[in-house]
Amino acid sequence: MHDKSISELAAGLRAREFSSVELTRHYLQRIARYDGRLNSYITVCEERALEQAAAADRALAAGDAVSLTGIPLAQKDIFCTDGVKTSCGSRMLDNFIAPYDAGVVERCDAAGMVMLGKTNMDEFAMGSSNETSWYGPVRNPWDTDAVPGGSSGGSAAAVAACLAPVATGTDTGGSIRQPAALCGITGIKPTYGRVSRWGMIAFASSLDQGGVMARSAEDAALLLKVIAGFDERDSTSADRDVPDYSAALNRDLAGLRIGLPREYFTDGLDTGVARVIEEAISEYRKMGAEVREISLPNTELAVPTYYVIAPAECSSNLSRFDGVRFGYRCSDPADLEDLYKRSRGEGFGAEVKRRIMVGTYALSAGYYDAYYLKAQQLRRLIRDDFARAFEEVDVIMGPTSPTVAFNLGEKSDDPVAMYLSDIYTIAVNLAGLPGISVPAGFVSGRPVGLQIIGNYFAEERLLNVAYRFQQATDWHRRIPEEFRG
Amino acid sequence: MEWEAVIGLEIHAQLATRSKIFSGASTAYGAEPNTQACAVDLGLPGVLPVLNREAVRMACLFGLAIDAEIAPRSVFARKNYFYPDLPKGYQISQYELPIVGRGRLTIELDDGESKTIGITRAHLEEDAGKSLHEDFHGMTGVDLNRAGTPLLEIVSEPDLRSAKEATAYMKKLRSLVRYLEICDGNMQEGSFRCDANVSVRPRGSDGFGTRTEIKNVNSFRFVERAIQFEIDRQIDLLEGGGEVVQETRLYDAAKGETRPMRSKEEAMDYRYFPDPDLLPLVIESRWLEELRATLPELPDAKRERFMYEYGLSAYEATVLTATRELADFYEAVERESGGETRLAANWVMGEFSAALNSDNLEVTTTPVNASMLGGLIRRIADETISGKIAKQVFEAMWRGEGDADSIIERRGLRQITDSGELERAIDQVLAANPEQVEQYRNGKEKLLGFFVGQVMKATGGKANPARLNQLLKERLNS
Repeated sequence: MHDKSISELAAGLRAREFSSVELTRHYLQRIARYDGRLNSYITVCEERALEQAAAADRALAAGDAVSLTGIPLAQKDIFCTDGVKTSCGSRMLDNFIAPYDAGVVERCDAAGMVMLGKTNMDEFAMGSSNETSWYGPVRNPWDTDAVPGGSSGGSAAAVAACLAPVATGTDTGGSIRQPAALCGITGIKPTYGRVSRWGMIAFASSLDQGGVMARSAEDAALLLKVIAGFDERDSTSADRDVPDYSAALNRDLAGLRIGLPREYFTDGLDTGVARVIEEAISEYRKMGAEVREISLPNTELAVPTYYVIAPAECSSNLSRFDGVRFGYRCSDPADLEDLYKRSRGEGFGAEVKRRIMVGTYALSAGYYDAYYLKAQQLRRLIRDDFARAFEEVDVIMGPTSPTVAFNLGEKSDDPVAMYLSDIYTIAVNLAGLPGISVPAGFVSGRPVGLQIIGNYFAEERLLNVAYRFQQATDWHRRIPEEFRG
Repeated sequence: MEWEAVIGLEIHAQLATRSKIFSGASTAYGAEPNTQACAVDLGLPGVLPVLNREAVRMACLFGLAIDAEIAPRSVFARKNYFYPDLPKGYQISQYELPIVGRGRLTIELDDGESKTIGITRAHLEEDAGKSLHEDFHGMTGVDLNRAGTPLLEIVSEPDLRSAKEATAYMKKLRSLVRYLEICDGNMQEGSFRCDANVSVRPRGSDGFGTRTEIKNVNSFRFVERAIQFEIDRQIDLLEGGGEVVQETRLYDAAKGETRPMRSKEEAMDYRYFPDPDLLPLVIESRWLEELRATLPELPDAKRERFMYEYGLSAYEATVLTATRELADFYEAVERESGGETRLAANWVMGEFSAALNSDNLEVTTTPVNASMLGGLIRRIADETISGKIAKQVFEAMWRGEGDADSIIERRGLRQITDSGELERAIDQVLAANPEQVEQYRNGKEKLLGFFVGQVMKATGGKANPARLNQLLKERLNS
């Protein structure tokens, strides 16, 4: 069952070929069997999932089902779930059971979906390798010596190894697209504001965006339709209709204008990855797309800009974790200052602390203009680059990540090298645009992702462009050998 | 050397919205601790603020009332600091771009002059919770009911020159926000709080001395005393060759003095930056014009009108327009009395206000409503009762014995104007006091008062005083 797409699974449920309880049990068994090798889940909700599945079966029997009723999914452990631990990958929230559901979780529940569990992630979504998690690293199903990428590494690995048919992720600087690329799955980060941030634990509020990790564009379209939409509890949520993403998947691509930013194909790009991307582009040529070179001149400013804005926002967003009302509290604090210092010192990991300190510095009196304000100005330049590009082309393509998955420990002592692995994804968050990563091939047995960037609210177009590629190729159908059975 | 004080006030007015500025929790005062704090107020992971439209309306109304420019685009910023009663570790406030820009307020001084005080800005922000240090055996309790309550922080220019001016400004501002019905002005409950920046300089100088800030003083009396103390302290320091240190000071009401809380060196870096969870606040001019049309008549305009329309003195008009409730009450009494502007003013400012004060009541909770008081005044005006009897009737109304007419009827208080009846009473009195009549007629005219008193006594105080005087004189002089 686990090699099926979610529309096939939904059809199976409707035809009574299997029940949601059977399907859920199948995935729970796979998690029990395989996840020891991957560590992709922080919490598995066996009992709760089976109850949800039984309810879904009743809805299916009563004819009350909607499109994804009874389909299991995994939620990234950044989304608050009522009554279930929401750790955000941190010791700080190891004891935190949210008293409410995130908007995304509510929508999945309302659609009758079954939550298998909560997936592992870099602590507070800060990381590109899933090595900063308090719960230990996640391993890449294609090669367990390799990282799965991050921060949504647990969701990516779980979907790649078929330990969930589909999962949610969040993307602040590439946290959906980069792990999707490194694990050989499809991951879409929608336009900023498309998916509600209510109940999604904030890292950098102006960049954070929830999205979907799936095995194909077709599956991604189905789950995105469920989780996207206006939420009045999120002031940055977009009040506009959600199209039926599945309806336009098969649109013809003849005449599609594809832009290849010359700044994306430079020395930093692995030659093997470059070759895979070129092959993917030639598939699009065959489909009648026009390919042209474009320029995004401020590309190299994206990483430094991001590493001022994101830490600045995170330094403030993470102030609420103070040991006073919830979360980790140090033992026997001597006084208030000791309570703050030790609760935060012991509750947060090194990368989170590094970013809080960088951000605190960037916002300090005397530095604010030189760092934060300057970064905001650069952010506008980066956005303007894209705006100019989209006057000429419909979509922008390039690699999602400059290399395939690296080995565990390879970059964990070199934060700057780690930060540079997000060089192609970060600008998209700074501009607030949608982007999707699609499996496009392999280098040395490790997957390569093709990134497709669209204009604001062009998710429908991105899914269409990705789907047509997946009609012509079978990269997305591959399952790592170790997890096939 | 002669010194001059330079004072600026920062007033925090709690806006009278039903729910909080960024959440749906209630703002009602006095609930059990932490029962009016929702997930947003608790700063739980994943929650987000949504701006309360009503708080925006109230801030704009205030801006219009002080003739200020309302920013077409203003920005919420985070003020970052750690404290247990600040759940998110930052306060959402406005920093560089406040909603209300420069405006002004005119105050009346004791010498009858008026003075215009500049208002630098007013911005929206959320209140913090409360830390409770008693009853927790060496620990601190945190009550987050107040967390997220909307505040309008109103910052004045350093235009105030004495403690008296400062309190006059504060009183005028409190009256204004109450007129606008955007703040209840309750200082005990902390809905109207004041921080004062105080410095002194040689009179005539243009520069500013080093200032100190006095925090959170919660009554007009204490504000005046705290500022006066601080002015005197600074002058003493400077005259003794010392220097004023820039610092925050707390007022100790029991000792009547200010003392240091924290110095500039310890001042915090709040790391303000625009809150990425909230979009810039955009105010459209059309909406603002609609809002302007809903502005009530403001204190200054009402005061002018009371002088012009009712012929009241500046003093009377000022007293009667001090609050919107009192002004409305006066106008209702005046109407119910059939246009007795003078009597209505005398009664509202006199007996009525005194009774409210002695029973600790508000105009809104009075046992004698405008129609009852107006009815009483009608009976004075049409000479059914005398002013003196009216006081008895008023007291009876206050005790809940009914309206004026029924009290007058029941107690037989209708005054005697009938000449025949009065003449009979006069004759009896004159007959009973022949010696005094003799003395009067021999020139001791001040005995007239004696006769009036005797007749009043005989009639139970009901004799019409003017009529009585006239008839008595006729009789005695005949």
